[in-house]
Amino acid sequence: MIPAQFDYLAPTTVEEALAALAQHGDEAKILAGGQSLLPVLRMRLNAPEMVIDLGKITSLRGVRDDGDAIVVGAMTQHSVVGSDPLVAEHAALVSKAVEHLADVQIRHRGTFGGALAHADPAGDLGAPALALGAQFVIQGPGGTRTVPAEEFFVDLFETAIGEDEILTEVRLPKHTGWGAHYEKFVRVAHQWPIVAVAAAVRLEGGTIAEARVGLTNMGNTPVRAHAVEQALVGQPATPDGVRDAAARAAEGTNPPSDLNGDADYRRHLATVLTRRAVLTAAGATG
Amino acid sequence: MTATEARPEAEAPEREIGRERRRKEDQRLITGRTRWTDNIQLPGMLHLAMVRSPFAHARITSIDTTEAKQSPNVVDVVTGQDLAETQGVLINAWPITPDQKTPTHLPVAIDRVAFAGEIVAVVVARSAAEARDAAELVDVEYDELPAALDLKEAAADTVLAHPDLGSNKSAYWVFDSGEAGTGGNVDEAIAQARESGGIVLEREYRQQRLIPAFMEPRSTVVDPTGEQLTVWSATQIPHILRFALAATTGIPESKLRVIAPDVGGGFGGKLQTTPEEWITVALARRTGKPVKYTETRSESLIAAHHGRDQWQKLTLAADREGNVTGLKVELLADLGAYVSLVGGGVPVLGAFMFNAIYKFPAYHFAVQTVLTNKTWTDAYRGAGRPEATFAIERLMDELAAEVGVDPLEIRERNWIKHEEFPFTTVAGLEYDSGNYEAATERAKEMFGYDELRAEQRRRRESGDPVQLGIGVSTFTEMCGLAPSRVLGQLDYGAGGWEHASVRMLATGKVEVVTGASAHGQGHETAFSQIVADRLGVPFEDVEVLHGDTQVAPKGLDTYGSRSLVVGGEALVKASDKVVEKAKTVAAHLLEASADDLDFSGGRFTVRGTDQGVAIQEIATAVFAAHNLPDGMEPSLDSDATFDPVNFNYPHGTHLCAMEIDTETGALHMRKYVCVDDIGNVINPLIVSGQVHGGLVQGIAQALWEEAVYDESGTLVSGSFVDYLLPTSADTISFEVDHTTTPSLTNTLGTKGVGEAGTIASTPAVVNAVVDAVRHLGITDIRMPCTPERVWRAIQDAGSGTEATTGAAAPHFDASTGMEGTVDRTAGAQDGAQQ
Repeated sequence: MIPAQFDYLAPTTVEEALAALAQHGDEAKILAGGQSLLPVLRMRLNAPEMVIDLGKITSLRGVRDDGDAIVVGAMTQHSVVGSDPLVAEHAALVSKAVEHLADVQIRHRGTFGGALAHADPAGDLGAPALALGAQFVIQGPGGTRTVPAEEFFVDLFETAIGEDEILTEVRLPKHTGWGAHYEKFVRVAHQWPIVAVAAAVRLEGGTIAEARVGLTNMGNTPVRAHAVEQALVGQPATPDGVRDAAARAAEGTNPPSDLNGDADYRRHLATVLTRRAVLTAAGATG
Repeated sequence: MTATEARPEAEAPEREIGRERRRKEDQRLITGRTRWTDNIQLPGMLHLAMVRSPFAHARITSIDTTEAKQSPNVVDVVTGQDLAETQGVLINAWPITPDQKTPTHLPVAIDRVAFAGEIVAVVVARSAAEARDAAELVDVEYDELPAALDLKEAAADTVLAHPDLGSNKSAYWVFDSGEAGTGGNVDEAIAQARESGGIVLEREYRQQRLIPAFMEPRSTVVDPTGEQLTVWSATQIPHILRFALAATTGIPESKLRVIAPDVGGGFGGKLQTTPEEWITVALARRTGKPVKYTETRSESLIAAHHGRDQWQKLTLAADREGNVTGLKVELLADLGAYVSLVGGGVPVLGAFMFNAIYKFPAYHFAVQTVLTNKTWTDAYRGAGRPEATFAIERLMDELAAEVGVDPLEIRERNWIKHEEFPFTTVAGLEYDSGNYEAATERAKEMFGYDELRAEQRRRRESGDPVQLGIGVSTFTEMCGLAPSRVLGQLDYGAGGWEHASVRMLATGKVEVVTGASAHGQGHETAFSQIVADRLGVPFEDVEVLHGDTQVAPKGLDTYGSRSLVVGGEALVKASDKVVEKAKTVAAHLLEASADDLDFSGGRFTVRGTDQGVAIQEIATAVFAAHNLPDGMEPSLDSDATFDPVNFNYPHGTHLCAMEIDTETGALHMRKYVCVDDIGNVINPLIVSGQVHGGLVQGIAQALWEEAVYDESGTLVSGSFVDYLLPTSADTISFEVDHTTTPSLTNTLGTKGVGEAGTIASTPAVVNAVVDAVRHLGITDIRMPCTPERVWRAIQDAGSGTEATTGAAAPHFDASTGMEGTVDRTAGAQDGAQQ
């Protein structure tokens, strides 16, 4: 498990990091916690000439309240996001997803932006970010731009971040008072989910007024279950009220087949897990 | 006479045997501040990297090492051709039949590779990183050949794994009770059951391929600069390694020193003589310098031997009440590409165990071992016995369902009653002791068996989406490998004795040497407890030495739950010899007759007086040798070599409750109770560790682990992302207890415990899974019982035994367009940009 030789830079500002990226182009890889990159390097599945470590850029860390959104710095560790009271209050879906993300060690080293930029469709953060309508702030030589989640995830391990750009922060629109749940289906505790469902609902009385549902590992990118969301509106938060809407969870998805299950099984799981996620988010049982 | 009565110091005030001592070796093992092989650094040491075949079966057409040789700090790059005869050859120590087909197994392949992962070239460099870099530059060209991959197809010789052998069928080994005179004719029993309206169950079970997955990857360091060539290796078998090296490399055994320093687990996976060891020896001799090779985890998964991998065809005949009248077992066993050290012997070790704890009148066992183009297989925790136990315990549940009685009831109708011991089985073994009734009664009570059955009925009746299943496994096994005479009858290449030395030092401290070298089991603690009791010295004063052929020149190493019941008995005998010698000196010093001396708590006393002398004082007196009996050799040190006369038969009753989510197929273990009878216990804490760990390993076969190859012979489950090893987060708290019928074949009355949990638990879990959904018409779910397989079985309910799928593809592979970064790597998730 010895990586090929590479050079290493640890800039302390985003500007320095961008300059290094500009200089090294596609020979460089960004290190943002390293929980996916380092194994790839050690197994020699990739051999960049330059690794640019964002770990020393303190401005990329932390969580703050910015009016209608909670802003998470890209280099904030999962463990910090998971225990942050602002996130818990206004974007509870993210807190729920982080709670069971990988294992304790990884939650202390891996970062929020790193995981999202890695764009693994089985990663636990994509679906909640998509469901909540997160905005991705990306900085490049030409300045800063903001990309909505639907445009951020482009394909398997591919995002809207350009080769000369860095993801600096993620804006999570406040969903204060919404019920949230992340229903994750695994065979062993520390594996990637076979399928997971991120659900947030706003109730009025016992009725679902609004719903946001994102699916993990149901395609090459995180998937927003729009059909489910629409069908849930106006339904009572009961097993019978949710069942028909949840049955539409697999519509338009293209899940993978692997040792843990084929695509059909995943489609089936998506419907069951969606029902459970919505009901748990709504505080009902199912 | 029970074993405990034979212990002379039974009335000693502080017994060490039976104490829950923490393991004295753990601090250094757990912190890693110790001599793992890879920690060894020698002056001028060179490092190796292996170039391995990506193809399952291919002809090597050319190897260009030019560029690799020019890489920085590369000393040499060699091929099999370069090494020629100097590399030696790997042996199969157990040709199970005289006409067994055994392909030549060279450490470095020369013209053809037979599995993906086989070594084709070796880089020697001044650092491990430089060796790895240069290995990428070795240019090997292959002509790919058709590969024999599927076990059943390989058995039909549709594609040959080794074309020159003419067949994939390596050996066909049979035991028949009718022919052996140990029972009746099984075909007659089956025919009679059919004719008389009895029950004939025909089942086919799959033992999936498993990977031992020990914690410490294999590593070898060879130092050729001394008078003896010194080999450090992360091995379970330093003595067998020394013998095999001498036998195949031309190095005299007296010129070889093999050291297994602290070894981080094995589970049978290091019961092997490996190409990597032979290569490291060859290159140390070639370069004249110390050389190290440590495998990566990826290499370990593809190239260290795998385990299990059988198809089991089973026919069981019984009368209408479920009294079994005959059992016929026909196995296909996948050897992989080569016949490894024990190789085809693994299924043969299971041959005597399919009849388990039962009184079957007729029994037939046949195994066809088959060569394929996959990683070679060999021992994995239990080796042959888990396969047998799984088959019979699954069948007994099926028989219970057929007869319509409780699975425990069907077992009781067939098992050996406690008053029938010693009992000679239909497979010809003599079980010395056991009490299946007692273990089962205790397990039922702890489990709350009747309450859980009632809950199961309620859930079935109400159509609960979560169904409950209860699985039973009343296992036994044969361990304590092994009586040398029996091994000889089975054509194994060595004996099964074990050796020990006990040395009394001048200061009264004790050095104990054992030939059973531990790789994590806790021998240093348990053996210290035995010797402390036997000699009456403090536990802390006993040092256990092992694993170095200069220190422990005789031994047959650690596997098959043999260390305590064979190695421990050798220790007892050596200790007793020390006491006998000391007694002569004591009588002389006390001016008394030896017959008037008592020995207790480490002191010889003259009966009826207050005169006495401690064994430590005697040690000092013998060291000085000023005043010894006339003609006495001035030494108390003693050796003993113990060859068991019989195997050792632990048994137990395991009960498992599984909840099945019928909507998703998700499986949740609700409860696991085991009551094992392992005879007398030396250290309950070590026993707990062995039982808990063993259970998890067996449960993992039932639920999680499987080595899967794709249609081109690439190991898909080649990392811990796809090969699912459980962690503590995946298991529940097991409820463990013991009943005790001491073994009659060793002084301490002990039975082996190292493999028991693994052997017993797999069928308990699968029986529970099937039991949860049996009312839906399901009679089998193939291992590992994945949620998907369970869900599909429910979807296809009623359609019989085969309701499983096995999509052979990694989660994501390199062709999916992520710029060459396959990213489902061990333990890694989330946190790297791009």
